[in-house]
Amino acid sequence: MSANFTIDGKTVAIAEGQTIIQAALAAGVYIPHLCYHPEFKPHGSCKLCTVKVGGRQSASCTTLAQAGMVVESDTPALNDERRTLIEMLFVEGNHFCPSCERSGDCKLQATAYDLSMMSAHFDHFFPNRPVDASHPDVLLDFNRCILCSLCVRASRDVDGKNAFALCGRGIKTHLIVNAKSGRLADTDVGLQDKAVQVCPVGVFLRKDKGFNVPIGKRVFDLKPVSAYVDATAALAKEQQ
Amino acid sequence: MSYKLETAEHPGALRRVAIDAVSRVEGHGKVTILLDERNQVRQVRLHIVEFRGFERFIQGRPYWEVPVTVQRLCGICPVSHHLAASKALDQVVGVTRLTPTAEKIRRLMHYGQILQSHALHFFYLASPDLLFGFDSDLTRRNIVGLAAAHPQTAKRGVLLRKFGQEVIRITAGKRVHGTGSIPGGVNKAVTREERALLLADIYQIVGWSRDAVRLIKELHAQNAALYNSFGVCRSNTMSLVGANGDLEFYHGSLRARDAGGNILFDDVDYCDYSQHIQEEVKPWSYMKFPFLAAFGKRNGWYKVGPLARVQNCDRIPTPLAEVERREFSDYCGGLPTHAPLAYHWARMIEMLHAAETIKDLLHDDDILGDDLVRTGTRATEGVGVIEAPRGTLIHHYRVDEDDLVTMCNLIVSTTHNNQAMNEAIRQVAARYLQGREVTEGLLNHIEGAIRCFDPCLSCATHALGQMPLAVELVDAEGRLVHTLARNGDGSFACSGD
Ligand code: SF4
Ligand code: FES
Repeated sequence: MSANFTIDGKTVAIAEGQTIIQAALAAGVYIPHLCYHPEFKPHGSCKLCTVKVGGRQSASCTTLAQAGMVVESDTPALNDERRTLIEMLFVEGNHFCPSCERSGDCKLQATAYDLSMMSAHFDHFFPNRPVDASHPDVLLDFNRCILCSLCVRASRDVDGKNAFALCGRGIKTHLIVNAKSGRLADTDVGLQDKAVQVCPVGVFLRKDKGFNVPIGKRVFDLKPVSAYVDATAALAKEQQ
Repeated sequence: MSYKLETAEHPGALRRVAIDAVSRVEGHGKVTILLDERNQVRQVRLHIVEFRGFERFIQGRPYWEVPVTVQRLCGICPVSHHLAASKALDQVVGVTRLTPTAEKIRRLMHYGQILQSHALHFFYLASPDLLFGFDSDLTRRNIVGLAAAHPQTAKRGVLLRKFGQEVIRITAGKRVHGTGSIPGGVNKAVTREERALLLADIYQIVGWSRDAVRLIKELHAQNAALYNSFGVCRSNTMSLVGANGDLEFYHGSLRARDAGGNILFDDVDYCDYSQHIQEEVKPWSYMKFPFLAAFGKRNGWYKVGPLARVQNCDRIPTPLAEVERREFSDYCGGLPTHAPLAYHWARMIEMLHAAETIKDLLHDDDILGDDLVRTGTRATEGVGVIEAPRGTLIHHYRVDEDDLVTMCNLIVSTTHNNQAMNEAIRQVAARYLQGREVTEGLLNHIEGAIRCFDPCLSCATHALGQMPLAVELVDAEGRLVHTLARNGDGSFACSGD
């Protein structure tokens, strides 16, 4: 008999070595997340996937599922905290959804909708982050980076290029391009790279794409993020 | 073309009246009137704090984002900016001819926009003044009052606007801030179901648009003296015209006429706009004053918008609107009229033309096609010009080899009409305010003159006749002696004295 745990009262089976989020998503139970991606080692930085296990809060993407656990996830208290985290991400960067081509294809926006975020609540930082348009095929708009490190992991672990890194500490943390000049044009990153396809927000933009997907056909026009078994895969397909 | 009342000789000794409007998308509008101790009008100015930040904001952004971003410039006609920017960027991506589907979808979107904006402008913003009178009871002078007194007119106004918004939603993806038009084409066509939805209503819309022309004609006939003389300002006119001199909103070449209707230039490629139009800066306004370069600052200013277009073209290419254009021209004795209230008549003829054009486009199977985008050889510069509901709209961009915008220049309809609006309110102030105590009703005449040209300045966000106004009378020493205020809820308050 396989091991089980419950999440919000639903029984979920555990496969060997699965984290809580892996087991939950495999069973079709959605837990909000941004820095988690099924193909990469967990990073545990966004904390959106925080759940309550035995009275303690922990990131479900870094906590191994164990038989008999009683997990709470979709509760008003946890969702309030998640919404606050999302609001903080919105004010830290420059997220102008109405003019962003990833609007409708953005996990940050979709998760904000899903958590019924109505306003950012905090003062905007309005950081000054110039775009890197040097590469012929890919534009980097750092204004939208939420520091999930997915591109860093993808470039290092899948593409074998190690083209990106998170640099600085605390509130000063930022994404850099791993080239002497700091410019994307001076790396060997190409359109086929996994790194170019995993960004959950709108930092990596294909220059040949723009607004070519009409409203109504975008990933999260079709259904909300919580209704996707694997929103990440749907987004990656869109970005190819 | 007089400049009387633009600058008073001893402004320090005069009382100041300011009509101070709230902020709106294109900027703040404010009218100041200087009165002497006998309430004689000595100086009248319309100041606009234009939304200029945009031109800087767009620099350093990728070009493909621009058609979507620019829509934030205007709450009433975002589609005009969407399309003018797209046209400019077609040139940047090297596309000189769109696919038939792309061109017709863009046209459909644009004519939908003309329809909804003209309906909003006339029924919501202008008709309460026209049906009840400029100094009628303030509490009635709005669309709610209109709905009570003329329920059928009000209802049709609402439904005409709604239909235009549906056309926009279907072609652009959303009613506001859609993404349908992209450099080189469009991202969606129309489905058979969407077409059927619009076709079900379009004949009714054409019919109601005809009735709207009839209504404005009746108003002119009932009070010809007012309509023909209110705020008259003779000037040149300019607009795009299509092939054969057709009335054309989406694409064409520039034509200008003098006040008597003689052609000043014709067939001008709009990419050369900067050779034909210059802009003067005046120290008292943030908005520039454009003029036709060949005729100089004093004589070169011009009007744009419905009145300019309907009189600038040689014909309207849809039958019902063409009949109306001829009747309008006959009414004016075959010579151009420069009466601001005639803008509304011209506007309704255009609305009828837009409805007829939408009907024709809906019957064209090209709008169902799937050949949406073309590509070409990249260029570094593009100019897009379109006839927006309120007049000629110019977008000009330069883009570097990394695809980022390095330069953006916009000349919006409001700016073209700057001098004309100033002239019109001077005429109105001189005629109605001279020697009288200033009341809300009198000030509404000033607003009414502006409203002929531009609904944005009569405030889109307070469309229910509740545009906040603050009027201050200041004596020669600058002391506040009297204030009149109309609040956001439409209530009216006096203080002082
Ligand atoms: S660029 Fe995108 S993928 Fe990379 S760290 Fe920032 S948000 Fe994550
Ligand atoms: S998804 Fe678990 S911390 Fe981000």
